[in-house]
Amino acid sequence: MKKILLALVSGILFGLGLSLSQMVNPEKVLGFLDITGNWDPSLAFVMIGALAVAFISFRWVLKRPAPLLDNAFHVSKRREIDKPLLLGAALFGIGWGMSGYCPGPALASLGLGTREALVMVIAIYAGFFSQKWFAGRK
Amino acid sequence: MENFTPVSALTGGALIGISATLLLLFNGRMAGVSGIMNGVFNSSRSEMSWRLAFLVGLVIGAFLFNLIVPDFFAMRQNYPLGLLAAGGFLVGFGTRMSNGCTSGHGICGIANLSPRSLLATLTFMAAGIITVYIIRHVLELTV
Repeated sequence: MKKILLALVSGILFGLGLSLSQMVNPEKVLGFLDITGNWDPSLAFVMIGALAVAFISFRWVLKRPAPLLDNAFHVSKRREIDKPLLLGAALFGIGWGMSGYCPGPALASLGLGTREALVMVIAIYAGFFSQKWFAGRK
Repeated sequence: MENFTPVSALTGGALIGISATLLLLFNGRMAGVSGIMNGVFNSSRSEMSWRLAFLVGLVIGAFLFNLIVPDFFAMRQNYPLGLLAAGGFLVGFGTRMSNGCTSGHGICGIANLSPRSLLATLTFMAAGIITVYIIRHVLELTV
């Protein structure tokens, strides 16, 4: 129960952060990616702000033997640089540039009640399930 | 550069960093939204519930912000739906294939000094920049 409550609080903070930073504004996102147009570098500062906190806090948190509400940290230890990583990231970037949404802002935008949010979330899940089906066939 | 908003971007980013810190410190989980979204349908009940709570929180956070600060920005109108839906599909497909998105690779993974995440982030940034260049300045589909 505590874990669920904590996840809810963490999600709310995340949603507030995405809103204040305008990551939920697809025109802002496309303005950031449009470096040869009327470039708006603001969203680089979202990453700077998030990393400034997480770089320091993650060091400190991961020194603990375990998280406060679980027996172990669930952190990926994968090191390999392979084709799915790079091809997947490239496909994601193309989709990001086409739509102006990455997954977090797309989902959070359901709270704004826009049609775009609904289309994005459905399309993202269609992509999830297709990838699973595609990977399972190989 | 007339739309440059570094202070709200930095503050919003810091909130996202704090959110990721809380989830890691208490639950031992990475705040990667694509992974959490996917996991809602692919896990046991106890694994499902915290993920669902996080996603509901995301929606509540955006809803609350819009309630407190209405019209913080103008939501775009009449964006081509086909372009949006095809983009969304690639976002879903690509983030599953590479196991992460802007939050999972771009923030949590880089903060955890993962070379995989750093490379993935550079790749999706570059692909996004090239795509927007083609859509706006070559094909001129949108302004």
